[in-house]
Amino acid sequence: MTEFPWLTALIVLPLVGAAVVWALSGAARRRAREVALGFALVEVGLLVAAFTQFDVAQAWRHQLLETRPWIPQLGVSYAVGVDGLGLLLIALSVLLVPLVLLAAWREQGDDHGRARHYAALILVTAAFMVAVFAARDVFFFYLLFEAMLIPVYFLIGMFGGPQRRYAAVKFLLYSLAGGLLMLAAVVVLYLQGPRGPQGFLTENLVGLALDPTTEKWLFLGFFVAFAIKAPMFPVHTWLPDAAQNAPAGTSTLLVGVLDKVGTFGMLTLCLPLFPNASRWAAPVIIVLAVASVLYGALLAIGQEDLMRLIAYTSVSHFGFIVLGIFAFTSTSVAGASLYMVNHGLSTGLLFLVAGMLVARRGSQLIADFGGLQKVVPVLAGVFLVAGLSALSLPGLSPFVSEFLVLIGTFARSGPAAVVAVVGVVLAALYVLWTYQKIFTGPVREGLETMTDLSSREKWVTGPLVAAMLVLGFYPALALPYVNGPAHAAMATIGVDDPPDLASGVIATEGTDGLGGGDS
Amino acid sequence: MSVHTLTAARLPFADLAVPVAPSGPWQESAWLLVAVPLVSAAVLLLAGRRSDRWGHWLGVAASAASFVIGALILVSLLQAPVGERVVEVDLFDWISAGQLTLAAGLRLDPLSLTFVMLVTFVGSLIHVYSVAYMDADVDRRRFFAYLNLFVAAMLLLVLADSFVLLFMGWEGVGLASYLLIGFWNHRTEYAVAAKKAFIANRVGDLGLLIAMMAMFATVGALDFTSVFGAVGSMDTSTATIIGLALLLAACGKSAQFPLQSWLGDAMAGPTPVSALIHAATMVTAGVYLVVRSAPIYEAAPDAQLAVVVVGAITLLFGAIVGCAKDDIKKALAASTMSQIGYMMLAAGLGPVGYAFAIFHLVTHGFFKAGMFLGAGSVMHGMNDQVDMRRFGGLARYMKITWVTFGLGWLAIIGVPPFSGFFSKDKIIEAAFMPVAGAEWRAWLFGSVVLIGAGLTAFYMSRLFFMTFHGEKRWTTAAEGAEQHPHESPRLMTWPMVVLAVGSVALGGLLSIGGVFTTWLEPVVGHTEHADPVLPIPVIMASTLVLVLLGAFLAWRQYAASTVPQVAPAGSALTRAARRDLYQDEVNDAVLVGPGAYLTRSLVYGDRQVVDGAVVGVAHVTVGIAERVRKLQNGYVRSYAATMLAGAVVLLVVVLVTRI
Repeated sequence: MTEFPWLTALIVLPLVGAAVVWALSGAARRRAREVALGFALVEVGLLVAAFTQFDVAQAWRHQLLETRPWIPQLGVSYAVGVDGLGLLLIALSVLLVPLVLLAAWREQGDDHGRARHYAALILVTAAFMVAVFAARDVFFFYLLFEAMLIPVYFLIGMFGGPQRRYAAVKFLLYSLAGGLLMLAAVVVLYLQGPRGPQGFLTENLVGLALDPTTEKWLFLGFFVAFAIKAPMFPVHTWLPDAAQNAPAGTSTLLVGVLDKVGTFGMLTLCLPLFPNASRWAAPVIIVLAVASVLYGALLAIGQEDLMRLIAYTSVSHFGFIVLGIFAFTSTSVAGASLYMVNHGLSTGLLFLVAGMLVARRGSQLIADFGGLQKVVPVLAGVFLVAGLSALSLPGLSPFVSEFLVLIGTFARSGPAAVVAVVGVVLAALYVLWTYQKIFTGPVREGLETMTDLSSREKWVTGPLVAAMLVLGFYPALALPYVNGPAHAAMATIGVDDPPDLASGVIATEGTDGLGGGDS
Repeated sequence: MSVHTLTAARLPFADLAVPVAPSGPWQESAWLLVAVPLVSAAVLLLAGRRSDRWGHWLGVAASAASFVIGALILVSLLQAPVGERVVEVDLFDWISAGQLTLAAGLRLDPLSLTFVMLVTFVGSLIHVYSVAYMDADVDRRRFFAYLNLFVAAMLLLVLADSFVLLFMGWEGVGLASYLLIGFWNHRTEYAVAAKKAFIANRVGDLGLLIAMMAMFATVGALDFTSVFGAVGSMDTSTATIIGLALLLAACGKSAQFPLQSWLGDAMAGPTPVSALIHAATMVTAGVYLVVRSAPIYEAAPDAQLAVVVVGAITLLFGAIVGCAKDDIKKALAASTMSQIGYMMLAAGLGPVGYAFAIFHLVTHGFFKAGMFLGAGSVMHGMNDQVDMRRFGGLARYMKITWVTFGLGWLAIIGVPPFSGFFSKDKIIEAAFMPVAGAEWRAWLFGSVVLIGAGLTAFYMSRLFFMTFHGEKRWTTAAEGAEQHPHESPRLMTWPMVVLAVGSVALGGLLSIGGVFTTWLEPVVGHTEHADPVLPIPVIMASTLVLVLLGAFLAWRQYAASTVPQVAPAGSALTRAARRDLYQDEVNDAVLVGPGAYLTRSLVYGDRQVVDGAVVGVAHVTVGIAERVRKLQNGYVRSYAATMLAGAVVLLVVVLVTRI
């Protein structure tokens, strides 16, 4: 515990940044964006340093641990630490923040006051994102889960589109409803546990001998909250409204990162805390996940609003993630974990580049575009890359994760995988159809003078394209971080991988040294 | 990577070679085959307009470099003893997570090297041709970037040592095809054609994904060595499922029935693209997949039969459509479909057919690419006219095009001693081979390929005569533009000449002493030939008679008589064939229409029902809150009553949940 508190530093730095940005006065407010970006970039540096302290060979184990009493009377601790997956998701958050800030550079025009609020709120969100993926105390996690709503509520409600209030309130109420269920479950769970000053610590709540019925209800309390957050069919309807009305950068963080808290929670809380209930619920959840895959994709095909379309594609992709988690094979769980990261890159890029398009046209309706490939070839190219990543083209990172989910799921539940794979064709439809309507055909009147990506915008999109290419061609950079936690998750729920002709070899390799995973 | 021990004895063909490690500098640097064109594509795309002046030459150089490297590897492989001609080049640990351990690696063997040579040789010629063909296009550099991307992806497809890496190439060529079909996507119908090709291919890709899922679930690995090694311990139904799923993938990529509808529309792409991707290489990838997966098909006779049936249907389908098309490129596309049907059929026949499927694939690559380039040359000289009813008499004006196209024509209809004769005749013989317990197959499929040969002779001769012979039917000044046909520049004609030489000689050369089939043996195995149900001379003679008959009928109708400038009404079959036997209508009725309806209903349902329910709950809550507010009347009595009611509700909830 005498080491440098890496995770705390990663949480505090953006908060300090937000405070500084808000504290700027007078002429200095003009520099609010630069200050915020500066903090975001220092945060990236800090992240790189934290990575060097993480032992990837033991990615299944929580590392960079800090545990301090917070409200010992209530059993609440400030406990942080990450396994490989948590670290990757923190990396995703930290890397997206400067891009989002850069993307919104001109969004508020000359209104430096608003620009200041926007930048500060993004930094506050960043701190919450890091904290929630690092939390090792169930109550602390719950607090963050709810607290995250506040900056996002303001980001949508203050800076969004015409129906921003409706969208923001809908987002808030939906999430609060889920949160309340979770709160009830958190409290009951605590009462079942060892209590004491560290009674909410996750590791103290794993492996409780819960009454089966209680376990099921507690599982549902957590799961419904996470399913809303993720979002899964049929509790997804807040997302299209939020995405339609939120600024593109907010949608990037909301869908790219914050929603991952749902799937992250399923994997790192639902499964280890309630292993029996997880197995009990898995068949139904798999059906819902497959339904999400197809439903989201079909709905995306039918959308007229570009941002709503992207939101529905995410419903489809979240379906794949949940499917991978509840298929309970080390392959599918590893795939689902990596999918969380890749989907953040892919959807993040899609939202950001769509935002650039919308800002130029002043409309989100797909029908208001046409023939732009000739006018803005670079923007068209980036949009196509983002689209191809959404349809999981090999060579771009989302393919690897979707593929692992599919082959891993098939071994457990053939029909689910075979039905879900139809989503691959539907994805091609919604991506290429959208590309066709926006970028091909004759140039629409009035759009001949649209300007191509500026160098600032290339700096926003370039890193994401590069990241997806690198992780697409060489996923071995990221896979070790999710592989260990996936095997650990399998161990905690007590499920073995389905057998195959080679399993004799693989099983001994795979479980070596994992012992009791603590996630 | 985990290489599980091969149980050679259980393999269908006992002489399947065991992979060895690479030897020599060229085999070890085989990754350059893929990397060079890929890097070139990236440079051309990233450098943008700055590379407009030299970009096309970089593209040509990259393709040529791959050819040279490929040739050096080929030489090294030829120098190795036959038993060491399957080489595995491990590159790096690629996707290892959960139960999957997968390295990226390349497999150098006679089959992949055959493709490497075909793709890079024909590809380089077409790159050269394109320098002149795309001369006037402001986006020529981008065109070459996509061509290079295609070459890289295609080489990855054939060199991959696992189904996953193959899939990466498979999707890569699909992307390149999409980008190139839609190269002139400012015309909406071209953009639609590009999308259609990608979607149809994706439907096929489901097959490859399902096959990989099934392989992984049974074998626990996805590299060729492990999967093929485990076929022996797979039950027949699993092998059949995998075989059928792979066939679905092959149907998508190779435009085979029922996923054939995209190929005709794909002719929207610039003609060099049609020659390279939609004639010589990419569309034949389905045949490659089936032949590569031979061990699986050997364990799944029903899947094999399905391959033959698909090939037979497609070869007739394409031939019938080819007889009715007036658009020179669409006629050639129908012909491609039909010829790939031949290859597919041969691949489905098993060991008697594998080598001939690939043999026909190679010769077809030469003569069909040559004829597409010829068609491009004709279009170049005729202001991009594609309607053969407005051609005629071009032989005098475009002598090189005429001669080279004519040699391709003789090759495809199978006149001895041109290339197609050697390759197609072998497929016809193989189709007549008896199958134990199912004599009808030899007669049925034998007759189909014979009829196909006659039809091929008819539609290809029709195409040739309509274009180069008969009287001129060119558009006049009164119709908009007067035609002044002229021969194309040398950069275009000499690739045509080289391909024509191949059309003439390649088949014969590769047949001498069965050199090509022997070369492929380490991959497809060796088979002793049984006797066909008809004597070989009889088969040969009937083929020739049908070919001559088809050619004669075409000559009588399209060279010796007047060809109407507007298509006559035609019989019901002709009208159906012009509309591709109503393939689009069927797809619209079965898939597109219901799909659109489903999507519309779901969009409505999502708003009204799913979201409606949530919003409804919200309204009810607000309503209750209103009532509750009214109940707050200040009387302690009513507060107490409400609290009691609340407590009862809570108690009930707790009790009920305990039950």
